[in-house]
Amino acid sequence: MKPRLPKLRLPRRRHTRLLAGAAALAVVAGAGTWTAAASGEVPAVHRQDRMVEMPGAAIDTSYFTAGGAGKRPAVLLGHGFGGSKDDVRAQAERLARDGYAVLTWSARGFGRSGGQIGLNDPAYEVKDVSRLVDWLARQPEVRLDADGDPRVGVAGASYGGAISLLAAGYDQRVDAIAPQITYWNLADSLFPQGVFKKLWAGLFFTTGSADGMRPGGVPGTDTAPASGRATAPAPGPAPAGGATACGRFQPELCAMYERVAVAGKPDAEARALLEGRSPSAVADRIKVPTLIVQGQEDSLFPLDQADAMAKAVAANGAPVSVDWAAGGHDGGLRESARVEDRVAGWFDRYLKDEQGADTGPAFRVSRSGGIDSTDGAVQLRGASGERYPGLASAPRRFALSGREQSFANPAGGAPPALSSLPGIGGQLAAVGAGLSLDFPGQNARFESEPLAEEVRVTGAPTVTLNVRSTAADGSAVLFGKLYDVGPDGRQAVLPSQLVAPVRVENAQQGAAVELRLPAVDHAVAAGHRLRLVVAATDLGYASPAAPATYTVAVRGALAVPVADGVRTASAGLPAWVWGLPLGAALLAAALLGIRRTGRESAGTRGGVPQPEPALADVPLEITGLTKRYRGVQDRYAVQDLSFRVEKGQVLGLLGPNGAGKTTTLRMLMGLISPDAGEIRVFGHAVRAGTPVLSRVGAFVEGAGFLPHLTGRANLELYWQATGRPAEDAHMPEALEIAGLGDALERAVRTYSQGMRQRLAIAQAMLGMPDLLILDEPTNGLDPPQIREMRDVMIRYAAGGRTVIVSSHLLSEVEQTCTHLVVMDRGRLVRAGEVAEITGGGDTLLVTLAGPVDEGTVAKVAALEGVGAVTAADDGLLVRLEGATATGLIAELVRLEVPVSAVGPHRRLEDAFLTLIGGAA
Amino acid sequence: MSAVTEVAPGYRASRTLPLRVEALRQWRRRRTLVMGGVLAALPFVMIIAFAVGGGQDGRGGRDGRITLIDTATASGANFAATCLFVSAGFLLVVPVALFCGDTVASEASWSSLRYLLASPVPRTRLLWSKLVVALGFSLAAMVLLPLVALAAGTVAYGWGPLKLPTGGSLAAGESVPRLALVVAFVFVSQLVTAGLAFWLSTRTDAPLGAVGGAVGLTIVGNVLDAVTALGSWREFLPAHWQFAWADALQPHLEWGGMVKGAAVSVSYALVLFALAFRGFARKDIVS
Repeated sequence: MKPRLPKLRLPRRRHTRLLAGAAALAVVAGAGTWTAAASGEVPAVHRQDRMVEMPGAAIDTSYFTAGGAGKRPAVLLGHGFGGSKDDVRAQAERLARDGYAVLTWSARGFGRSGGQIGLNDPAYEVKDVSRLVDWLARQPEVRLDADGDPRVGVAGASYGGAISLLAAGYDQRVDAIAPQITYWNLADSLFPQGVFKKLWAGLFFTTGSADGMRPGGVPGTDTAPASGRATAPAPGPAPAGGATACGRFQPELCAMYERVAVAGKPDAEARALLEGRSPSAVADRIKVPTLIVQGQEDSLFPLDQADAMAKAVAANGAPVSVDWAAGGHDGGLRESARVEDRVAGWFDRYLKDEQGADTGPAFRVSRSGGIDSTDGAVQLRGASGERYPGLASAPRRFALSGREQSFANPAGGAPPALSSLPGIGGQLAAVGAGLSLDFPGQNARFESEPLAEEVRVTGAPTVTLNVRSTAADGSAVLFGKLYDVGPDGRQAVLPSQLVAPVRVENAQQGAAVELRLPAVDHAVAAGHRLRLVVAATDLGYASPAAPATYTVAVRGALAVPVADGVRTASAGLPAWVWGLPLGAALLAAALLGIRRTGRESAGTRGGVPQPEPALADVPLEITGLTKRYRGVQDRYAVQDLSFRVEKGQVLGLLGPNGAGKTTTLRMLMGLISPDAGEIRVFGHAVRAGTPVLSRVGAFVEGAGFLPHLTGRANLELYWQATGRPAEDAHMPEALEIAGLGDALERAVRTYSQGMRQRLAIAQAMLGMPDLLILDEPTNGLDPPQIREMRDVMIRYAAGGRTVIVSSHLLSEVEQTCTHLVVMDRGRLVRAGEVAEITGGGDTLLVTLAGPVDEGTVAKVAALEGVGAVTAADDGLLVRLEGATATGLIAELVRLEVPVSAVGPHRRLEDAFLTLIGGAA
Repeated sequence: MSAVTEVAPGYRASRTLPLRVEALRQWRRRRTLVMGGVLAALPFVMIIAFAVGGGQDGRGGRDGRITLIDTATASGANFAATCLFVSAGFLLVVPVALFCGDTVASEASWSSLRYLLASPVPRTRLLWSKLVVALGFSLAAMVLLPLVALAAGTVAYGWGPLKLPTGGSLAAGESVPRLALVVAFVFVSQLVTAGLAFWLSTRTDAPLGAVGGAVGLTIVGNVLDAVTALGSWREFLPAHWQFAWADALQPHLEWGGMVKGAAVSVSYALVLFALAFRGFARKDIVS
């Protein structure tokens, strides 16, 4: 029987999604409404539609094949009640691509097939299947086990699932079956424990009536394809009697239904009729591998139907797997994709004989977690066991408190209590939002103590009741429900919204009855209680119309089956959940592994050069240093620069703006890496963060402070950042040099340029570094501060330390420095002592009044104590070698050289002035 | 200094820029305090809003669905969950992008970076300290909001069970660990923003560029996630999982979405952090 029943109008939640899986099975389809799926299909599947004439009806079939001409097993796919062969077309095409010959058909009375609905009558519907098997045996591509005996499996859901069981029972040529959400015994399903399941039965029989399910008249049909629904014609072969209540049902079925519905209770004849058409009638003849998929939210065909199936087939010795899927007739089959996979695997194993095919565990149950917040779907996890535990596995007993209680069966059975409703409902319980209603005075309640630990019910709990009835015939119809009640006592969840009816006879004086509660898989959390409610009415069932009073007491404990062997698989997470971070970690490690601490020169690539002990006392040695900035490849910032600084020197690094001074100092501090060459500080090659830099104090290119902190906090945090002991900082001396006074306690953002400059120099001096580097230290200082700064530097070096001062002002370095390095355009121009470079008095420029001639040069050169003499533009350059300036002047006068002036010659000055323009 | 002396007395590379010092350096910044103030004030603003709006008359909103907003005033725990709900999408992205994006770039813009590096703080060490402190501040921001909300909400609406929008409720005692789990997931899911911001921070001297870039790319991720045509590819967008923490507020704690979201976020973050460390170690510091 097909779900997709008219859903009674209830508050709509997420029907669309939750029921979508069932929609394909559920459509009451008209002929010729399946065009949409035809386009865009993989063309490899070939479909052949035929009407097959059978006794009493023409049966509409579709035959799907794909691929070459090789022999292959066949699969018959049945459809649900109220549907047609089109419902299983997608699955058929998939199986065809997987290498099966697939035959689908519309059962009698459905789709475009003719005939009457016989509820899988062995005389009609089951024989139809045998004739289809005959037909399959004649197809050239179908693999045969024997002449006229194809290798064939049958699968289907609901009505189509029952036919698969029946086909296996009546036709021994069937080799494997996969019934889903279907019945074992239709009488037990519609008349459980002698109680008429009136709502489902009513929907069931009206579905089969021609006009009973007219789309427009049924609320809640929005899940079906709109076009198919709205335009569905009445099924073509509908008999003329369509206007009668029975539609296309066989008259005897119709009569049986009407009789039971009026009586409100089943009779033996009705039971016999349905049982004769049920798979249970051929229980001992179903001997093929059987995959049983049953829905947990199914008040029509509950789990005990699957239990009976599994026991019967297993008793015949055939392999059986049981799968409790999420959903069912109340909630749609929510796992159709997974179930289809499993069916395909089952057939691969038992039809194709693939030994490696995965048939899945012997028992599997889908358990719901929470809701996926990204799409709102209920999360499912599979739990599996190596054997099917049945419905009464390892019961644990819980005492129920509650004395004997009496309650009323209201006249007319109204208002009824509410549990599940056909086509809705069960899935709401999965998220704890179940809808159930018990009317006061119409039920008895018994409760357990709070559970000490979580108990997962897997199966059907049972309890024995003592029942007394005041009804005239001494009978009682009771409905048992087992609630999971939260610690607050108010939040009560009815697992899967299922209720177990029971009819008790001859209970005037009291009768004991074993109440078998609905089979469920449900976890009851620690601290929750189990509450047994025994009610007199339920909306879904017919209960006696005559008023009566029932008295119920619990006898013994509640037995709750627990299947400890069924374990939830370690969360069904896709592999990428672990693979992605692992891959990312590997990628990250690769990124970091090939990292180099700076671009190293070719000769030392792959490692930091060993320190040179010979240079341990040399504060700085630079050799062949070269750097080009990225993007300025045509111009060297520093090119082949080499010089050396000895201990105790105050070295002036002199050059115009852009000469490469700052770049050199940045390389010296490890901030940028040279393209070639090497810098050694106290013998250690400099790289980014080289520890030896801790012996270097630097002030390069302006101050760098955290503007929101005070000057003092900046210095203190800077020193703490070096990780060195606070007492090594020599903070007071540094602060004295900064000379900021009260301004130290102000935020640096309020400082003037000069104040920041002084604070930065003080920071460079923290810890009294062995090598102090000051870049343009006097910028922004006023003249007294400049003089003071010079004194500071001189004093600093006097203590055996070394100072490097860079400047573009010759006059500044001249007054402070002992040694000079002059740079221009990245190259070294000159290096040496200041005196040597600036001409410290041993060379004199003799300016002459007249032109310089060769004779004069020769005469002067011949003088005693005079070295080289060269002619300059307007005079002579004379280097003294023993003579004094005074003596030279006297000699020049004696020689009658026309001297107009004599002064010290600064050999550098002319060139330097040119370099730096007029700035000096 | 003798020939064997490589370093200044007391200097050890592993002791440079201790976390405490870096935290102090960042703590007194105005942006830190403003961010903290905004997050601490939000619950009070919402309490006022609920008071002015007259509470939850519109129970059920669209589709008859009950959202966290509808249950906001049910208890302190509900209120805290609601505050997280309204701020997780964007408001909590901002502190993460700010703390992680600003940390290196602002030092570069102040020029203090070169003095730290020359002092010398090894580059990896500097990034490590800065990353840990930035993430710590981010986490503090995320903890601050629900904590204040829980306290303020408890005063305003009482201490009670957490009413779940899906139905049912969680006991008050159980709801606090759940909220902690929510905060933990929100933090992990923001790691990708943190990684992006941190990487940008090492690439630019403009702090606003790094922060804005990270926020911008996070928004792009959200936009892409709205493109349903991408199908299952969206599962690899961090934004796809940003509300997976709602799974922690269900009767059945659902881990799947959070685990997937965390995996995606951590993966991106690992690569981005590695890129930051790699790039910074090789970079010429010219600021």
